[in-house]
Amino acid sequence: MNDRPFIAAGLIVFVAFVTTPIWHGAAARSVALAAPEVKLPAQEKQCVAPVNYMRASHMQLLDEWRTDVVDAQKRQYVAYNGKVYDKSLTRTCLGCHGSRQDFCDRCHNYNGVAALNCWQCHNDAPPGGRNAP
Amino acid sequence: MKITRKHFLQLSGVSLIAVIAKRLVRGTAKVSTSEGSAKKTRWGMAIDLQKCRQKEGCSRCIKACHAAHNVPQFADRAHEIKWVWKQPFEDVFPFAQTQYSRDVLASAPVLLMCNHCDDPPCEDVCPVGATWRRDDGIVMMDFHRCIGCRYCMAACPYGSRSFNWQDPRPALSVINPDFPTRAKGVVEKCNFCEERLARKQVPLCVEACDEKALVFGDLEGANSEIRKVLRSRFALQRRPELGSRPSVYYLI
Repeated sequence: MNDRPFIAAGLIVFVAFVTTPIWHGAAARSVALAAPEVKLPAQEKQCVAPVNYMRASHMQLLDEWRTDVVDAQKRQYVAYNGKVYDKSLTRTCLGCHGSRQDFCDRCHNYNGVAALNCWQCHNDAPPGGRNAP
Repeated sequence: MKITRKHFLQLSGVSLIAVIAKRLVRGTAKVSTSEGSAKKTRWGMAIDLQKCRQKEGCSRCIKACHAAHNVPQFADRAHEIKWVWKQPFEDVFPFAQTQYSRDVLASAPVLLMCNHCDDPPCEDVCPVGATWRRDDGIVMMDFHRCIGCRYCMAACPYGSRSFNWQDPRPALSVINPDFPTRAKGVVEKCNFCEERLARKQVPLCVEACDEKALVFGDLEGANSEIRKVLRSRFALQRRPELGSRPSVYYLI
């Protein structure tokens, strides 16, 4: 029973050591994570779908577009607001977003997403036709 | 509840009327929808070899096609990619010549491309469904789905398909942004300019030919230009004995 103070002291040291990260975090001021620096289109304010949907599900949309164009020959996309777009990655998406390095890649790199390599075949940065439908 | 004979007969009568009514409704509905899609299309092409031979060494159609579809030119023939190309007459139609016509025709070039068969052998062998015959007769390819097994190349009796042994981009000096390039390990071939047909334009090779040697049109339309040409001129298909029923005809 004479060891009681030693055991208590040891425990306190141990708990203090194990919880260092918490104290460290509490001591440092809370830091917000830097958001990915994507370059947004200058003129156009509205995408083919609401921003939240595009952020979460643009890959599904692109997959549907691909199937529609190649398999079903449906090349026009009627957006939720009634606007009609061509289902074209190069013309429609990059028409507003400019280059994939400034938009797609930045967010993908930030999130550590290994996206399909669209640009192996699809053309990046179309000359001239940036604002084609 | 006990069912009486009278009740049973009433029920059967009502059910019978319901079934007949349903059939009638379905039948009329089917007629009205089939009228909308009754107009079938089958795209085809007739190539007038005499007109094609007029300007010696002309390859405007090939250049136009390959530029628009980002088809690379490789120096090494083993890596050759071709959508439209030429081959000597005797290779294409070995049995359509006599000992006397041989002197003239043997080296005469014949323009070749995918035949867009009615019963395409390439479609049958593709293990991933990357190639298929569309309702309008075009044998389509989905480059996304192609795994590069090259079964289709072995199955195609016309040599219409090419394989990308290397990345084609470095070999392209100019890239047409409106058409994708291909990746290494993917098969490709002529698509009858389906991207242009969607915009109601004729294929590029037809447009590029000054001699109007290529006639493109709907083989199902009885009064289309191509049907008129095929009625009035003697025409050959490549290897008709195979039963693949090509959509490309050669006017001799």
